[in-house]
Amino acid sequence: MAENGGHGPLEQFEIKALHGVSGQDLAFYSFTNSSLFMVIALALVSSVLILGMRRGALVPSRLQCLAEISYEFIANMIRDNVGQEGRKYFPFIFTLFMFVLAGNMLGMVPYSFTYTSHIVVTFVMAAFVFIGVTIIGFAKHGLHFFHFFLPSGVPIFLAPLLIPIEVLSYFTRPVSLALRLFANMTAGHTMLKVFAGFIAPLGVVGGIVPLALVVGLTGLEMIIAFLQAYVFTILSCVYLNDALHMH
Amino acid sequence: MTEPSERSSLKDLDARLKAARQRQEEASGAAREKRAGPSGMGVGFRLAIELVTALVVGVAIGYGLDRWLGTAPLFLIVFFFLGSAAGFLNVYRASSGQGYAVGYRGAEEDAAKDAGTDAGTAKDVKQDEGKGKQA
Repeated sequence: MAENGGHGPLEQFEIKALHGVSGQDLAFYSFTNSSLFMVIALALVSSVLILGMRRGALVPSRLQCLAEISYEFIANMIRDNVGQEGRKYFPFIFTLFMFVLAGNMLGMVPYSFTYTSHIVVTFVMAAFVFIGVTIIGFAKHGLHFFHFFLPSGVPIFLAPLLIPIEVLSYFTRPVSLALRLFANMTAGHTMLKVFAGFIAPLGVVGGIVPLALVVGLTGLEMIIAFLQAYVFTILSCVYLNDALHMH
Repeated sequence: MTEPSERSSLKDLDARLKAARQRQEEASGAAREKRAGPSGMGVGFRLAIELVTALVVGVAIGYGLDRWLGTAPLFLIVFFFLGSAAGFLNVYRASSGQGYAVGYRGAEEDAAKDAGTDAGTAKDVKQDEGKGKQA
């Protein structure tokens, strides 16, 4: 996050290829800083879970505690929001949560890159959730799935107006899911950078105020990093629940 | 959910927790959204995103249809209004605590199931929704 020879507060979001001569030539196969941090996130999550559960002791070590807490957190979330039928989707939801959480939290490390601050990344995840949930809904309910779009008890003459609105509202889901995570991460990191940029020009005395602010904001960003991972996951659960238990 | 009004011993709490959990499992899968700490900024941010995305999606669909069918501004205008309506609908749903469910019945049934004794209030909510829909 700290400046790396860069200047504007948006410099931190720049995608750079990590190989090649100047890092200028980006292609679809480029291994970028974004890819690097995704790999780091994967390695981190996998090692915590694998190393933590290696012994499977009855009295857990700290690492095992971490693994168990994260398991239970998601298991409870699925049970509360989806119910017993949601059990078989646990691996997907858990992966989603850990990937987003690791991305958000790794972004809080200075000099690191936040891959969740790119709408491509968040939108692909949201699109997977959306398409998957829609397929599950159709597989489970067949054409009855279309009852989603016409709430019961609506006068029939309102249907031509209401159905397009409901369909649009349904298609809004992946976009708002992606945008929420992306906007929160981008806004937070930009704000941090902007306030951090005030510190040096204001000098030793005046710089204390923005410095204190940045310290506070960093704490807030930590909360947001967790909260947005939570929100992303719980909304996926809610959508899954909608598809599984159509009313 | 249980009301946390009366605080008693831990044992009692445990029993109530278990009962609540059982009920939840029986009501297999009712979308209950627990908002973790209703920070004003978070709620505002959420609603703003909800409003904007619906509009953006609507306009994008309209623009796409227009380019595809060559009906210059027709679908753009239609979907602009539909998108804003969907945006308001989403905001209304989010702010009236219905969560993100599509359709209305789900939330009502859940509310009625949850409330049990408060079935009357759930009915009221239903009627309000009816009004909101027609307005």
